Amino acid sequence: MNGAKAEAVVIGASAGATEALSAILPLLPADYALPVMIVVHVPPDRKSVLAELLQAKCRLEVHEAADKEPIGRGTAYFAPPDYHLLVERNKCLSLSNDDPVFYSRPSIDVLFESAADAYGPSLIGIVLTGANQDAAKGLRAVVEAGGTAIVQSPEGAYASAMPEAAIAECPGARVLSLSEIAAYLQEIEKA
Amino acid sequence: MLEKVEDLEIRLLLEALYQRYHYDFRNYAQASIKRRLKQAREQMGFRSFSALQDGLLHRPALLSPLLNYLTVHVSELFRDPSYFRAIREKVVPHLRTYPSLKIWIAGCSTGEELYSFVILFREEGLEQRTLFYATDINQDALAKAEAGIYDLDRIQLFTENHRKSGGKSSLSDYYSAAYGKASFDKSLRKHVVFSDHSLVSDAVFAEMHLVSCRNVLIYFDRGLQDRALGLIKDSLARKGFLGLGSKESMRFFQHADSFTECVRDEKIYQKSSK
Repeated sequence: MNGAKAEAVVIGASAGATEALSAILPLLPADYALPVMIVVHVPPDRKSVLAELLQAKCRLEVHEAADKEPIGRGTAYFAPPDYHLLVERNKCLSLSNDDPVFYSRPSIDVLFESAADAYGPSLIGIVLTGANQDAAKGLRAVVEAGGTAIVQSPEGAYASAMPEAAIAECPGARVLSLSEIAAYLQEIEKA
Repeated sequence: MLEKVEDLEIRLLLEALYQRYHYDFRNYAQASIKRRLKQAREQMGFRSFSALQDGLLHRPALLSPLLNYLTVHVSELFRDPSYFRAIREKVVPHLRTYPSLKIWIAGCSTGEELYSFVILFREEGLEQRTLFYATDINQDALAKAEAGIYDLDRIQLFTENHRKSGGKSSLSDYYSAAYGKASFDKSLRKHVVFSDHSLVSDAVFAEMHLVSCRNVLIYFDRGLQDRALGLIKDSLARKGFLGLGSKESMRFFQHADSFTECVRDEKIYQKSSK
């Protein structure tokens, strides 16, 4: 933990993401103070239904990010398929077509590293279920900028490789179950 | 804080690039330019951005490799096939009514978007009356666009995209394959002008009926986006068409009022007649 007041949340997830996010996002209130930026690995060649699906379950506004969209409260932003999602220092979102990272576009590392730059110690980075190495380096950038690192406990995760890699890279990360993560996010908003 | 020093170094490096070589990246979206600069610094073997700046100022030979890190965007022929299908079905009928046409591929990079348009226009019988402008700030990329040679292993994807876009011919009619490369026919370049042009610093150069500028503006910050879009607007004929990238939303642009939606889902706009 650090002294800075939390201002934003970034979440990265891959295999098993829909179920994991469904255990967290619907619990957040409609006017949740912290914007939530999310990268889920999705195939590049088709429309993702993830945002729509979660919107149906959530009180938060949930949608795919548009380029240069201002970041606001009460909203969860998903990276669109085949684009990286980045946070600008002036707190708007930008998209890029840069090369895939670990074969992924969107990449969790790209979102986390840019958000760490923009929010520093006020950022909460959360790594959920997944079967690859994306996210470990990004979470480390969050920690190095003074932010808070949270990882879904590998035992409870649909796929444990990504949380395990994140924990190996960030030994100080808080390892929590999905319900504990949801409770943490509700609590931190009031802090 | 260490972080701040690095950001200062980046600002100075971009200033040096501009002052010394007149390439202006100072108002590019900061998050992705930083990422690209980091990649360039590591791969070019510099310890810091200050060291890279020092190298750049004294060794002009480093300019071209650096520009390749900063500007090259790999695309596909007929990327987002539904976009080209919409051009074919919704825009081409309007374009047919003109005796001559000017089409601008702004930020053409290595040429994939250009060849897609030329092939589509040939299929629709419009190529002979059209002049295509393909512009970019990167000379290496322009040379590649003009060569029209792509790795053969990408052709399967290109062919599939072309088919999905409503292609009326076989893509293999337009290239010959040899030594792992597909070389696109030089007749496709007969109506094309390749040119060095910057949306950041250059001006209007012709009156266009269609501008395709996809996934170029996303690399600019808001102010620069407005500048570039203003330039594109001023380049368009009355009721001219503009195609943007699928996630580039007109609603955040200053010039949004100057355009009407033509095909909403494909981000194809038409310049208002007013």
